[in-house]
Amino acid sequence: KKWANMALSGLLVRSGRFSLSKCGQNASLAAYLTQAKRMASALTYVPETAPSDFGETAKMNLFQSINSAMDIALANDPTAVIFGEDVAFGGVFRCTIGLADKYGRDRVFNTPLCEQGIAGFGIGMAVMGATAIAEIQFADYIYPAFDQIVNEAAKYRYRSGNLFDCGKLTIRAPCGAVGHGALYHSQSPEAFFAHVPGIKVVIPRGPIQAKGLLLACIKDDNPCIFLEPKILYRAAVEQVPAGDYTLPLTSAEVVVEGADVTLVAWGTQVQVLRDVCNMAQEKLGVSCELIDLRTIMPWDSDTVIKSVTKTGRLLVAHEAPLTGGFAAEIASTVQNECFLNLEAPVERVCGYDTPFPHIFEPFYMPDKWRCFEAVKKLINY
Amino acid sequence: HFYSKKNRFWGGAGIVGAQVPVGAGLAFADKYLNKGAESIPISVAMYGDGAANQGQIWEAANMSKLWNLPVVFLCENNQYGMGTSAERSSANTEYFKQGGVIIPGLKVDGMDALAVKKAMQFAKEYCGGGNGPMYMEMKTYRYHGHSMSDPGITYRNREEVSEMRKTKDCIELVKSRLMEAGWATEAELKEKEKEVRAEVARALEEAKAGHEPRAELLDRV
Repeated sequence: KKWANMALSGLLVRSGRFSLSKCGQNASLAAYLTQAKRMASALTYVPETAPSDFGETAKMNLFQSINSAMDIALANDPTAVIFGEDVAFGGVFRCTIGLADKYGRDRVFNTPLCEQGIAGFGIGMAVMGATAIAEIQFADYIYPAFDQIVNEAAKYRYRSGNLFDCGKLTIRAPCGAVGHGALYHSQSPEAFFAHVPGIKVVIPRGPIQAKGLLLACIKDDNPCIFLEPKILYRAAVEQVPAGDYTLPLTSAEVVVEGADVTLVAWGTQVQVLRDVCNMAQEKLGVSCELIDLRTIMPWDSDTVIKSVTKTGRLLVAHEAPLTGGFAAEIASTVQNECFLNLEAPVERVCGYDTPFPHIFEPFYMPDKWRCFEAVKKLINY
Repeated sequence: HFYSKKNRFWGGAGIVGAQVPVGAGLAFADKYLNKGAESIPISVAMYGDGAANQGQIWEAANMSKLWNLPVVFLCENNQYGMGTSAERSSANTEYFKQGGVIIPGLKVDGMDALAVKKAMQFAKEYCGGGNGPMYMEMKTYRYHGHSMSDPGITYRNREEVSEMRKTKDCIELVKSRLMEAGWATEAELKEKEKEVRAEVARALEEAKAGHEPRAELLDRV
């Protein structure tokens, strides 16, 4: 009962769950599930401050900051176009709102329902020198385009001996859990694309990051996949620099400095681990260093290795399923580079190896409680 | 998304269009397992006007014609693919003609229950009789938004929706036919509607009072 009350009266974070086996069969399952359902889609987002040298800021949520990035891209680059399903009226998440009116329907236009066609079409445009910003409506729908991305986009420069390239292609897609997305509106496919040399994969943790990273992707000389955590579209609000700015790709960021445990995540999960940092400090007196990977591929292994060399303990967390998830790549590299510095085996807290569930989502997620348990394991090893 | 093994309902797909090659596969199995039978069970692969632009539908159609499979490519054309009207997504909005010159197609008034029934009877005879695949387009309309997150009025106007409801509603059509032919009075139909409403309300209460997943499922989570 004590566990139940602790969890149920806890902060309204997306992950207010606890191990049911701990509280036993007598716990009020009905009460728990009601509470879990309410908390499953709630999220506490901690806003950040932009560097002052990026100029004047304006209050924006995630979809507005992404909208701002594309607005700037279309304003500064006359070859830039945006296309995808339902983007003309503003898009299902409002990321393209107002852009068709501002730049015309020949620059912001709808495509038919054909991801393979969208990707191929985008590659063609990019190879001809136009800046192509393609939207895939949900990352879960990206697989018909997989062949185009893997076999065409990623290999164009290599196979043509640098005669051609589709660096001007950027593909954006909403990703991640949203509380009710189930199998086909919640996926995080970054690991599939990390396995393909020739493309970049980027995931922002908030509005300031998203705008800068998206502009960097658009300007980058390589085809980029930009995955946007959809649960943050409205939930994440910050004072975002209004002008043009970029943030570096292949550069992980130390979001919270610490000494005892290194935590690595990207996207929404960075927020979850912020809570874990606080919990570790309050309940265990343990200081955690939190790193946002930002670019999944090519990833900034130097920053992570430097941190783990210092702390000796690593936890990587992501929503995508455990097996073959990107945490596996990070763990493998770290055990190779930091073997003698490790105080405990690398912990991974991820989605389970199942299709993304509907009603079981609260149990599937790598929530703060599961991550906190992993931190305890690392400390007590 | 529902499924029913008993009723040969292989269910809904999350990624629209993906179900169509699967439908061709079902037809192939039916044909293979019912060799020599007078009437082969048929497969109906349903998709919308939005999904009609998926390349894999053509792939399935080509295979089906090549191998003479008993499959109906049934497009439910409700004139909008989420927020994009059929005219703005498809160069050819005559979806029943997507089989080109090699696969025949039938255009059906999807708002007329009797027309739909007749069309499906025809399809069963045609495909089940070993004639291979056919296309079918059921022209219909979507009143509400595509999903809970879609208000449904940002890409079309309210007058269009209410006009459709008034003049083309399929249930109203059945009602008026029954009354015109003298098979039912307005009072009888109202009584029927009351019964149906009560049944739905009962089902809702039952569902809400239903039990949660068994606690054993949640061990070692």
